[in-house]
Formats: sequence, structure tokens, C-alpha cells
Amino acid sequence: MFKGDFIQNLPKIYGTYTGGFIVFIILMALAEQAGVSAKNIGVMFVAFTVLIYALIGYLSRTVQVDAYYVAGRQVPTVFNGMATAADWMSGASFVALAGGVYFGGYTYMAFLVGWTGGYVLVATLMAPYLRKFGCYTVPDFIGTRYGGNLVRACSVFVLFIASFTYVTAQINATGTIASRALGIPFEAGVWVGLISILICSMLGGMRAVTWTQVAQYIVLIIAYLIPVFWISSNVGGGIFPHLMLGDEVARLGELEQQFGLVKNSAADMKAAGVPGGLKYISGTHSGVPEGGMAVWKYLSLAICMMVGTASLPHILMRYFTTPTVRAARKSVAWSLFFIFLLYSSAPMLATLSKLALMDPNLPTGIIGKSISEVQSIEWVQRWSEVKQVFIADFNGDGILQLNEWFMRGDVVVLATPEVAGLPFVISGLVFAGGMAAAMSTADGLVLAISNALSHDIYYKIINPKAETAKRLLVARVLLVVIGAAGAYIASFRLTSILGSVAWAFDFAMSGLFFPLVLGVWWKRATREGAIAGIIAGIVSGTVYLTWVFPKFSVPIWGGVNTPFLGIDHLRFGLIGAPICLVVMVVVSLMTKEPSPATQKLVDDTRIPTGKAILGKQH
Amino acid sequence: MSNKDAYWNKTKNHMIVTLVLWAFFSLVIFMFGSELNTMSFLGYPLAYYMTAQGSLLAFVIILFWTANKQEKIDEEHGYSEREDD
Repeated sequence: MFKGDFIQNLPKIYGTYTGGFIVFIILMALAEQAGVSAKNIGVMFVAFTVLIYALIGYLSRTVQVDAYYVAGRQVPTVFNGMATAADWMSGASFVALAGGVYFGGYTYMAFLVGWTGGYVLVATLMAPYLRKFGCYTVPDFIGTRYGGNLVRACSVFVLFIASFTYVTAQINATGTIASRALGIPFEAGVWVGLISILICSMLGGMRAVTWTQVAQYIVLIIAYLIPVFWISSNVGGGIFPHLMLGDEVARLGELEQQFGLVKNSAADMKAAGVPGGLKYISGTHSGVPEGGMAVWKYLSLAICMMVGTASLPHILMRYFTTPTVRAARKSVAWSLFFIFLLYSSAPMLATLSKLALMDPNLPTGIIGKSISEVQSIEWVQRWSEVKQVFIADFNGDGILQLNEWFMRGDVVVLATPEVAGLPFVISGLVFAGGMAAAMSTADGLVLAISNALSHDIYYKIINPKAETAKRLLVARVLLVVIGAAGAYIASFRLTSILGSVAWAFDFAMSGLFFPLVLGVWWKRATREGAIAGIIAGIVSGTVYLTWVFPKFSVPIWGGVNTPFLGIDHLRFGLIGAPICLVVMVVVSLMTKEPSPATQKLVDDTRIPTGKAILGKQH
Repeated sequence: MSNKDAYWNKTKNHMIVTLVLWAFFSLVIFMFGSELNTMSFLGYPLAYYMTAQGSLLAFVIILFWTANKQEKIDEEHGYSEREDD
């Protein structure tokens, strides 16, 4: 059927795959018509897609070091863009982003700008140079550029903290979706999720993860966009919501005025028994909050997310897999294009979902109706049972007010198709998409951690004479151990203690951003400077986090502290990264300038042509 | 000045231009969020549009533009990679 080698046939292979997936969706729609239960459709969607990923993972197995670590450096630009987009968009992006916009409006969308703008930093400051360098991992660059085991170990440490914070949240998301779609307990869902993740990555390392991530991107983008367009045409938003929702956004402003944006007191919410994690609308959708502090809060969050993006190892390592430096640059652009398709749709979904619930002129509207009437709606009952939505009649008038309707953010993505009257097959598709998003990110993260440990700690520091077979065995054992540790922690639902996904960005920017940037852009940066900078950055950032985050500050510092300049626990990288920069520059200038050999190495890194600094196999 | 240095100077300047554009779309315009929101684009309030879609699109365009421009700089200085590298 296919002539020529695998790489040349990629468009055909993934084209066939996409066609096959669409046929599968149609079959499921027919099955629904024929009376197959909603639950079984959900099970089939998740099982079918996960089996395909496992098959790809198996077919991509390898015994070669460069295939395992960097997919043999032959991933074409556009495909690497898709893989990066899947690597990037987590379960949280998929299920929670629209919910965040739904409740947070304009203020929350600083995340959207932050999580996309960071790619401009990746493309200009990092990706092409790291590709030229020819490293296998991010610490591999830092260890070789600055020289020495200590600096290598320091960067592995930062990578570990940042990626591990992130991965438990991803395994948690995989478990949640698996448990809902398959109808099994959460703890079992976590282990099912873990096994699926490991099957995709263990046999083939980066090569297997790359080709499954491309497949996962295709599933997740189809699963996100079909409902958005369909819902839009169902609730009168027009066929192309991205360009046509201006009136709807204005209408939301009117409705907010009509219903009033009321803030509930914590005591009222407690008395009514609102379940934890459920939110209500108390801010405007499109309005910009007034005042300098509000502007600073927006900008500081965007800065942390952008700089953090450019320091996250599981993203940077995707650009080690392209054939050339030039392809690495273009690939960053393609990555952002594929991410843009989903990110620009999230606010549209939030707008449509909000309007569907708030507009009394629409048949789906619930705000302003009598509470007994709302409670008899089927989807409200179903989601109330699992404590995902909640109604509290604060003023006792029997009418549902805007501040009396509580909902978990995920519900926006998971339930809007149902609310807008779409068939269940779409909800099954959304489950498959969420699973793809969570699995692809978890795969990338687990691989980033285990690669750094196996290549930088085991091979480069502990046993430089290890043979290929032994290196790959160690890499695979570590992969299983790291994944199991993440799943073990996730199964205890400790994620509320581990905190937000945003922390991973702050950790990474505190300890890795400046050592990476200055490694390329400042020849005078020395080993001592890098070591001091990494340690100062990560320590000061972490100490500040414990000081500012109430759950940590009460036991450690004996009380709740007011954030300094509005820098709260989501933004602690703004403390760590500047300290890292200052310490790194001062210590570098105080120590002897790097040797001519190191300076030549930097010169060579800056030029696209010529031999890579590190050999093809190292 | 050697060819290498000239190449690196151009690359550096190009990096600075790219980052100025980046800072404009990610930071500068959101310093004036409430002023921008009084204007409208495609029927959306402007600051809302930029954070929901406009800036994101601008980043995509900047990335393709900057990659193409850098390729030209590579060519001018003879550092262009062959396709089959």
C-alpha cells in the first residue's frame, strides 16, 4: 500500500488514520441511533483510541540510543509541530481552559496570552541553538556548555521538580477521565491511565512518543472543534464562531447588568453547603478591571507563563528531534499554529456556554427561571448527583439568580454538548479528546524526567562506560518508576497539596531560563555563575512560595502573609528568575572567563551549519 | 569584522526586533486594556478580542515571519543548511 520509507509516507499514514477516526465517529453515531447505551459509547471511544496509541507505541519500538532519546532526529517540521501541540496541551488545557474563561473572563485570559506568547521566546532564544548543539536532554546542554557534573546535576534537579509537579496533575486528569468514561473508581482509573501512558513510551522512547502524540493531536483537535462549531450553530452563534460572536459578547454584558454580578460571602456559601471546587460567575466576561494593580496582575501572570514556557524541558526537547536547525525554527511556528486552533476556540466555547445558560430567550437558559423547574432538567440532575453543579437559593425567592448557580469549571467542556442538545456521540468524542490531551502531556513529561535521569545522571555521571543495551534498560526502568511514583501520588488525590500546574512554570523559570539563555547569548557566563544562579533561583523561588502560599506558610512561617507587590503563589517565578539572573551575572564576572575551547563551542552553537557540538550518538 | 561576527550581529538585531514585537502584543497593549476596550473589532471589544484571539494570532504570524527572515540571514552569510542535512 505504501511505497518508500516511513517518513515519506507520513502524510498518507496520518491522512488514512484521520479518515479512519472520522469513520469510527460515524459508526458510533449509528450505534447510538441503534440504541447502544451512552455509557458503552464512552467506553468504546476511549478503548479504541487508547488501543491505537498502544499499537503505534509498539510499532515504534527501538534499540538505538538516538531513536530512543531524539526520535533519530528525522521528525518533519509540521509533524513535530503537531506532536509539540499535543505535548503542550494537557488534560487541564482541554477540560479546564474554557471553564477558566467562563468564570474568570478577561482576567483569566492572561493565561491564553502567556501560554502562546512563550513560543516566541522559544523560537528566538532557545530552540534553534539547542538543536544545533545536538544534546539529548536539556541538562545535557547545560552540562556540556558550562562543563562539569555539578552544574549538570543542578539542572536535572530543577527539571525534576518542575516536571514532576506537572506530571502528577496529568496522571490525575488521565485517571479522572478514564474513571468517568469507563465507569470505574478513580484509583483504578489512575492505574489504567498509567499503563496506557507507559505502553506508548516504554518500547520506543522519544520515537514512540512522537508518533503517538501526532495521533493524539488529531483526536484532541477534532474532539474540541466539532462541538464548538456545532454548539455555535445550535444556539444561534453563527457557523464560524471565532469571527461572529461579537453580538453574543455584547449580549453577555447586558445580561450581567440585568442579573447583577453579586459576590457571595464565604459564610453564606458554607451555610448552604456548596461543594468544594464549584464556582459561580462574579466578574464580567469582556470587561477590563480598573486600576494599576489589576493591570499588573494580568501582566505578571502573562510574564510568568511565557518565561516558564520557554524553560520547560519537555517542550524544549521536542525541538531536538527535527532534521535541521532551520526545521527547528519553523517547527516552533507550526507548533503554535496547532495550539492556536484550540486556544482561540476556548473563549468562544466559554461565551457560547455562558450564553446558553444565561439567556432567558434561549430554550437552554436556566438563570432567572424557577428553581424547581431547573432542578427537573435531566442534565442538571445528572451533574448534581456527582456534585459537579449545585443550586443554593440564598434570597429564598425560588428563582435561580446568577450568584446562586454553582458549577465546576470542567463542566463547561464536558456538559455543554449535552446542554446544547448535541447527541451523546459528541460527549464520547470529548472523553476521547480529553484522554488524548492528558496522555500526550504525561508521556512527554515522564519521558523528560526519565531521560534526564538515565542520560545525565546514570550515563554521564555514574557509569560513562555503560553499553547501549544497559543504558536503554536503565532508561526504561526509570520510566516505569517515575510513572508509578506519579500515579501513586495522584491516586491519593494529593494534587490539592501539590498545587497548581502554574507552579511547574514558575519552578522552571526560576532555575532554568537564564542558564539556558545566557549559555547561548553570553559567552562570559561561567560554570560557577551557572551553578550559583540555578541554586539561588530555585531556592529563593521555593522559599518565597512557602512564604506566600497559605497551606505552607501557616505551618512553616506561623501565619498568612500578604503577597509582596501582588506576587502570589501563581507568580513566584518573578522572585526566583531575577535572583537567578543577578547571581549568575555577578558570580560569572567574579570568576575567570570560560576557556577558549568553551568560547569556540558557543560560537559554533550560534551558526546553523557545520557539525553538531555533541556527536550523533553520545 | 569576520563573516561570523557580521552574521551574529544581524541575528542579534533580528532577535531584538522580534522580541520588541512580542512585547508589544503580549505586554504593551494590555497596559491599556480599559482604553482599548472602548474600541471594537469584528464587533468584539478590542482588549477582549486581543486576549482571546488577536495576540495569539499575532504570535503565530510573528513566528513564521521571524523564521523566514532568519533563513534569509543564513543564506546571505553562507550558513544555509542543505535540505538533506
